[in-house]
Amino acid sequence: MIPHDETMMLKTPFYSRCLAACEINMWDDWKGYTTPQAYTSVEQEYFAVRSNTGVFDISPMIKYRFTGPDAGAYLNRLLTRDIRKVGIGRVAYTVWCDDKGQVMDDGTIFHLAENDYRLCAYARCLDWLMWSAEGFDVTIADETAEVAALAVQGPTSCAIFKNMGFEGIENLKPFGLTRFPFEGSEVMISRTGFTGDLGYEIWIDPSLAETFWDRLFEAGKHRDIRPIGSYALDMLRTEAGFIQAGVDFIPSEEAVRTGRSRSPFELGLGWLVSFDKPVFNGRKALLKEKKEGSRYAFVYLDVEGNKPAEHAFIYDGNKEVGTVTTAAWCPTAKTNVAFAQVDAKYGKPGQELVTEIYYERELKWTRVMAKCTVIEGAVFNPPRKRQTPAADF
Amino acid sequence: MIDLTKNYDVIVVGGGHNGLICATYLAKSGRKVLVIEANQSLGGASATSEFSDQFSVSSCAQWLFQLNPVVASDMGLKKQGLELAARDLNTIALAEDGNHLIIDGDKLEGAGISDEDRIAFVAFNKQILRFAKLLSGAFNRRAPKLVESNLTDRITLAKLGLGMKMLGKDDMSDLMRLALINIYDVMEENFDNELLKAAISLDSLLGSHMGPRSPNTVYGYFYRRMGDIFGFSGPAVVKGGMGAVGEAMAKAARASGVDIEVGTAVSKINIAIDRVTGVTLADGRVVDAGLVVSNADPKTTFNKLVGLTNIETGVARRVKSMRMKGDAAKLHIALDSLPSFTGLSEQQMGQRLLIAPSMNYIEKAFNHSKYGEYSTAPAMDISIPTIHDSSLAPAGKHVMSVIVQFAPYELNGGWDDENKEEFKRLVIDRIADYAPDLKDKIIASELLTPSDIEARFHIQGGHWHHGEISLDQILTMRPFPGASQYGTSVDGLFLCGAGTHPGGGVMGLAGHNAAKEIIKRGKSA
Repeated sequence: MIPHDETMMLKTPFYSRCLAACEINMWDDWKGYTTPQAYTSVEQEYFAVRSNTGVFDISPMIKYRFTGPDAGAYLNRLLTRDIRKVGIGRVAYTVWCDDKGQVMDDGTIFHLAENDYRLCAYARCLDWLMWSAEGFDVTIADETAEVAALAVQGPTSCAIFKNMGFEGIENLKPFGLTRFPFEGSEVMISRTGFTGDLGYEIWIDPSLAETFWDRLFEAGKHRDIRPIGSYALDMLRTEAGFIQAGVDFIPSEEAVRTGRSRSPFELGLGWLVSFDKPVFNGRKALLKEKKEGSRYAFVYLDVEGNKPAEHAFIYDGNKEVGTVTTAAWCPTAKTNVAFAQVDAKYGKPGQELVTEIYYERELKWTRVMAKCTVIEGAVFNPPRKRQTPAADF
Repeated sequence: MIDLTKNYDVIVVGGGHNGLICATYLAKSGRKVLVIEANQSLGGASATSEFSDQFSVSSCAQWLFQLNPVVASDMGLKKQGLELAARDLNTIALAEDGNHLIIDGDKLEGAGISDEDRIAFVAFNKQILRFAKLLSGAFNRRAPKLVESNLTDRITLAKLGLGMKMLGKDDMSDLMRLALINIYDVMEENFDNELLKAAISLDSLLGSHMGPRSPNTVYGYFYRRMGDIFGFSGPAVVKGGMGAVGEAMAKAARASGVDIEVGTAVSKINIAIDRVTGVTLADGRVVDAGLVVSNADPKTTFNKLVGLTNIETGVARRVKSMRMKGDAAKLHIALDSLPSFTGLSEQQMGQRLLIAPSMNYIEKAFNHSKYGEYSTAPAMDISIPTIHDSSLAPAGKHVMSVIVQFAPYELNGGWDDENKEEFKRLVIDRIADYAPDLKDKIIASELLTPSDIEARFHIQGGHWHHGEISLDQILTMRPFPGASQYGTSVDGLFLCGAGTHPGGGVMGLAGHNAAKEIIKRGKSA
């Protein structure tokens, strides 16, 4: 149980270590947990991940566990992807929809063992999961507080793990998971992340969290390992082309106003929808949408100049055709990137549009009509992200 | 008989009255239709069964008072042999001292009824029937969806809206006010006589899980009085029991070319991803058809026949949330001779008799069921059909059929032989308060709890309306949003039972409307 009656903000199992490292004392509320926005400087943390290794506490991520003979069939009805194709020891990115084919959330599904899965989500959705369980022999548990987790991301992350004694970690393929003994127990490591770089996520019993952190930082001290906060992560994921629930789309159960939710197609995630499997939530509506067309398209934009096109309108000539959901100057790719939702007929790669950017310098507001070009996807996508065995940097 | 060489266009699961009606209309439209019924008899809850040697009784519904005349005439029920042994019966609200209240259409007699109550009753009836008439305009067609701009639906809505305007300012505001409150308050506003108030209250909640003070009971009363719009002025007794309605409908269906298989349960509605392909029978046979129409209640249809795992979560949630737990039991008594009710002539014993001395009596009876207990002093609706129809019992002998309100579906600890016997004894004792020699004349008796009704008639929860008739479960919300126009989220699967608009009772409009909708959708169904 999460003791919300005892404390306003919950603390993650790594809290003591985060607190000690958080020199500028900037904290976020992440689903009720207090987590650092930045420890020292956002740029320094960003570059730690691109050049060395950054560590991000992902313990607040909502984690559900599914066990029982029908766990696979249950998830196949719940999620849009064909879960039958996710083998044991594999992880898959997926979305799940309501009956109207609107995205409730995105996350990763871990196939831990036979009839044993974990789903990592942005939003709590236990009631939906329980309703979905009617008729299935599946046991569902919220293990958000029972599993401590860290993202260990960056080119030197594999070398640091080898330093910690995790032999053979370099052979772990992207979206694979493995386990190592740790302090008489074990740590699960998956080659997953939200930064678009070589990196891992570790999953461990909360009682071992602090020990793991200390051992990790000890092993990484010569490779300039450092903790990173949510601001740096936001830059990293933008550069890597990852959308963020609650920012780039509104989870359908949180959307109050009609028409504000989005389908997977409208988020550029049509590739996650498998119509070749038995009935799943949203199937009928999504088939219809596929046939009749979507309302919106989700696009990546390369924006002229270096002013982030935050909250900007997008025009085709004089016609307003969409808005920006995420924008950032991406230092490694040296590109001014924006994610945007536009009317469905816009947004073919190569199309040129205009963003209306407002920015302020010392109380003076300036408006820029910046040209932008629709691009195919992530502006940062290095081979080392996929390379197996992972390289030593 | 199933003829597999026929390549049926439509399979109707369940040969209840609505299933038979739907099948008949579909067959008349040129479709090849097969009805599959688990029981040996047809008509569903419109049934007659022998409960003791040579004693038969209407084993679920006991009165005919809402059958839609258009449906009856389209089916040619008269030609198929349907006969009424008596019709337009009075309702007599029993008083222990024999000073009963007799309700004969607009007229009230006995029970020291005041002139004020007589006048108020006439005015009350007029107003209720104006409201019922207005509602009836939405009963014989599909429920209009509110958000989609479909022309048919808009016309229905416009008719309802215009009808409301046409009621005039006073009636309109009364309707808006009354529809949402409870029958107890409405009775207190209108009448003084306890028996009258209780009789109307009982009518407004029979078969439901509600007491007089529960919201929705006023709508329940409008619903009951729909029979008046359909040409009934009080209940009728069907010759041969209510099963004769089912038989006549089955004959009509067969005459229209419908094949009917009895004594065969459907174990599964077959689906290929999201389109029906037919049914699998309990004996393993598979019958294919492009359309399956389920006369089963929505919970049985989706929980058992389709499977909640084969539909999307939102629909499964709505199925699960539907309120359909029965709270009425049936008591059947075989009588050596006619008992004597204090203060009633034999002719009067043939009328509809109520045991509901006051609204508080009913409310207290309901209280028990809220907590999973049966009523220790239940309210009752009593019929002695043999006074009009000697075919149900040996010469000179009689049967009594009683609707007993309240006996919860989910009794604490569950129903067993012991508590059923105890409840039955208690119910008989209560009737004997009004008919002192009753117990000496009992040859045999049978009590059907909602659990028994569930098992015998294949209605989950034993709710004879296949779902509570209340404002959250009527019109586009019946049985639940997304399945309100007979079609479901599974392509080719339709519903036609009492769980759909306009609801239960032996009315026939659900089956009629479902057939019209299927015909209208044509190939796209």
